Amino acid sequence: MTDLLELKQINQRYDSPGEHKVTVLKDIDLRITTGEFVAILGPSGSGKSTLLRIIAGLIHPTTGTVKFLDHPILGTNPGVSMVFQSFALFPWLTVLQNVELGLRYKDFPNPEKRRRALAVIDMVGLDGFEGAYPKELSGGMRQRVGLGRALVAEPDILLMDEPFSALDVLTAENLRRDLLELWLEHKIPTKSIVMVTHGIEEAVYMADRAVVLSRDPATVIADIHIGLPHWRDRKEESFTHVVDRIYMILTHSRDIQPEAEDTATGGRKYIPLPQVPSGALTGFLELLDDLAVKSDLYKLADQIMFELDDLLPIVEACGLLEFAEVSQGDISLTPIGKQFASATLLERKELFRARLLERIPIFERIRWVLDSKRNRRMPREFFLEVIRKNVGSEAADAQLDIVIDWGRYSELFAYDESSRVLYLEEEDGPFAEPAAP
Amino acid sequence: MKWPRQRFPLTTKFTWVDAIIALLVFALLYALVTLGSGMDVHFSDVDQPVIHLDWWLLPYYAGRSLLRMFIAFFFSLLFTFVYARFAAIHRRAEKIMIPLLDILQSVPVLGFLSVTVTAFMGLFPHRLLGLELASIFAIFTGQVWNMTFSLYYSITNLPRELQDAAAISRLDSYSRFTHLELPYAAIGLVWNSMMSFGGGWFFLAASESISVLNHHIQLPGIGSYMATAMQQGNIPALLEAMSTMVVMIVVVDQLFWRPLVVWAQRFKLDTHADDPIESWFLKFLHRSRLALWISEHIFGSMLRAIDSTVVNFVKSSRHKQTHSSITPHSSAWKPWLSRGVALLGILLVFYYGFQGTVEIAKLGWPQIFHVIILGVFTLTRVMSSTVLALLWTVPVGVAIGLHPRASRITQPLVQIAASFPANMVFPLVTLVYLELHVNFQIGSLFLMMLGTQWYILFNVIAGAQAIPSDLKEATRVLGLRGWERWRRLLLPALFPYIVTGCITASGGAWNASIIAELVTWKQQTLVATGLGAYITQVTTLGDWPAIVLSIVVMAAFVTTVNRIVWRPLQKVAEKRFRII
Repeated sequence: MTDLLELKQINQRYDSPGEHKVTVLKDIDLRITTGEFVAILGPSGSGKSTLLRIIAGLIHPTTGTVKFLDHPILGTNPGVSMVFQSFALFPWLTVLQNVELGLRYKDFPNPEKRRRALAVIDMVGLDGFEGAYPKELSGGMRQRVGLGRALVAEPDILLMDEPFSALDVLTAENLRRDLLELWLEHKIPTKSIVMVTHGIEEAVYMADRAVVLSRDPATVIADIHIGLPHWRDRKEESFTHVVDRIYMILTHSRDIQPEAEDTATGGRKYIPLPQVPSGALTGFLELLDDLAVKSDLYKLADQIMFELDDLLPIVEACGLLEFAEVSQGDISLTPIGKQFASATLLERKELFRARLLERIPIFERIRWVLDSKRNRRMPREFFLEVIRKNVGSEAADAQLDIVIDWGRYSELFAYDESSRVLYLEEEDGPFAEPAAP
Repeated sequence: MKWPRQRFPLTTKFTWVDAIIALLVFALLYALVTLGSGMDVHFSDVDQPVIHLDWWLLPYYAGRSLLRMFIAFFFSLLFTFVYARFAAIHRRAEKIMIPLLDILQSVPVLGFLSVTVTAFMGLFPHRLLGLELASIFAIFTGQVWNMTFSLYYSITNLPRELQDAAAISRLDSYSRFTHLELPYAAIGLVWNSMMSFGGGWFFLAASESISVLNHHIQLPGIGSYMATAMQQGNIPALLEAMSTMVVMIVVVDQLFWRPLVVWAQRFKLDTHADDPIESWFLKFLHRSRLALWISEHIFGSMLRAIDSTVVNFVKSSRHKQTHSSITPHSSAWKPWLSRGVALLGILLVFYYGFQGTVEIAKLGWPQIFHVIILGVFTLTRVMSSTVLALLWTVPVGVAIGLHPRASRITQPLVQIAASFPANMVFPLVTLVYLELHVNFQIGSLFLMMLGTQWYILFNVIAGAQAIPSDLKEATRVLGLRGWERWRRLLLPALFPYIVTGCITASGGAWNASIIAELVTWKQQTLVATGLGAYITQVTTLGDWPAIVLSIVVMAAFVTTVNRIVWRPLQKVAEKRFRII
């Protein structure tokens, strides 16, 4: 088999002056050969979409090369087209005009272009809707247009960026099957498909190969060959076995948090917090308490109709605060977690506070700073600067929002949004008016 | 946009609708020729166009004015396309172009009317075309900045995935503009154009009849008609001109803007349809085979021809690129070209900046100080006129906005009032002032208010309409009444709208001050102490250093007030009072 696409030592960094460099992608090597359907899996924020856009030539990597048929690409990759999560149709063009856009610079006479566009529209099951505008169509039909626009150009590689995640369950399944049929029965001349997804099941159902990425920064942590014959049955043991295996790789990768000591800066290192509001965290702990002793993560997600993407950060937060632990794909509450789940509101806050101070250095630091100030107040910007140095300015605001959310919930400190100041409430008068900055 | 071949309805017979459309097209072409031919006639000091106050000449004068408006609008659109697109695409240019736009929009247009008139007259000596162009230029500068900002913000806010989709399809910049950027910006641009066009009438009325360098020059048009009526103290002619103006605003709205706004709805991103807007004229056009034929075979094929030419050009140039291994030559000299242009620009700025400073320096410090004090006077008037307008527009606007029926009736009226050039009412008010011996230091403040208050009213009505009904119900359930209701619900909810209205209003008031602080009726002149009156006086005298100084001072005042007062308020409005 020949290499269609070759990625060599791809690194993507965002750096601005005065900050630590934030590495999104690190040393990614990837080869894609003819006939492969590759799924790229990874937690949210891992840079999957960035990687896909680098393959497409929409983003130029900081270092490394992308080769298409042995030629390094400079601008937009000539051999690809792309299906987008939000469909990215032009709302002012009809279905036919949207599809014809994919043929704009092809060397066909206009009648031929029209014929090909109509044939593709027929193929994706939109016959009769040529003259409709995207806003008249349902989500599933819109994505069919997106697919048609990508396929009409007859690309060698079809890139798909979470193509089914904006659709409801039934519509998504329907479209997955239709696409798979086109692909498996060679109704399209496409030589390879690369799909970014966070649905493990989706990947195992459709792809021949799953490339699993880690986070902060993204590296390839597993490259799994899925040898199951099509059409695959989700209930079969061989299927669930592969799903479980990928689940374990993904959850396990989160346990390898960098240990708290950082020799370079002398102090303790900043631990990035998962984007989970305190309310979701407590709700999840209550749920775990109500359920059996141990729950299979994969089944749990299915039960509460959560995508892996939504569930994993919560699991990570629980682990970070030692409220719950994950082993072998099962999650269970720790003694502290049990204590928390059955505590009263005030007790919970106290427990949470203790956990934060013990486990996450930034809270101890904030408290120390506020305590040592005479007026016990400090602008948000100050802490933002601290966090920015560690995670970069893009993520810093969201990080600080979560820090403030957790801190407020545990009453470690208070925050005034209009003056953007963190402060300590008076011990005897918790409702004292925040003074003007 | 793609310009598809439309299928015609199956009937083949011409209807009365087609007859009317044919007549319309013919009349439009004839009017353009007649009105246009009057634009470039000979003129000299002795041989000046005379404005006759016969009522039956009004349609002709109105037509001349309208032609000016549309020419100015066309150039505004052209400028917008080029400037906004360039600024949105080129990062480095953006850093200079957007702040520059911000300053340009605070330069009082009427202040440098004298400059442009002399310049254009120099270009076309002894011909009316120079004056014509100066007037068009004044209208242009009155409407263009808003439109440019609108397009610029739309392009920079394009959703990421749509941009990616365009890049994957490898769209060239022309196709990207026509298929993606322009359609995406269309709704905002049409609304902004409509507003700017409405504001343009004010500059039209002010620029047709001007005194500059000791000459009084009049262009045939409705504004000059008005000015002549004012000089002669002819009240019936004055009223006739005002009614013509109202008719003209309504007609342009119904036949041009309304259909355009309705048509632009097709560029909406989402499906949800609130209150479908309708246009009888657009429906009428849709019923006509002739109109369809014209749009298909004249405009449609023209655009298709451009489209295919561009596509073919791009195709062939891409072929060349892939077939030749050498990098194209253009990339070698391109950076030098842009550097050269930048250097030239810097040199020009320095040269003229230096000359301007020398001019102003001739005046000496006392004079400069005097002009700044005058600026403070005008600033006080601008601010008081805005506050005074707030006092009545907020309660009235809320009363209208909270009652759907009342707002349906009044909104078009307010729109007309906002478009109506306030300077056309000045003479009547002046007459009243003269009769009642009103103190003009305060009286001029009301003249400024005349034009600008409508923007606030307009925004307050829109704000009151936008208050979610569950908030209104919650207020009722909580039993909040009277002042509490204002404090807890209405004022916070209206705040962003009030700020927007005030920004537009005060911007307009600065421009209005130039003609509102000095008015005449027959031979009597009323003057208020202020920068506006000063600009009018030095313009009439042709005192160059003073003209330059006063314009600079006014622009500085406007920019400073924007930065110190309005921007922070706007930020507060966005952060704290936005209803999610």
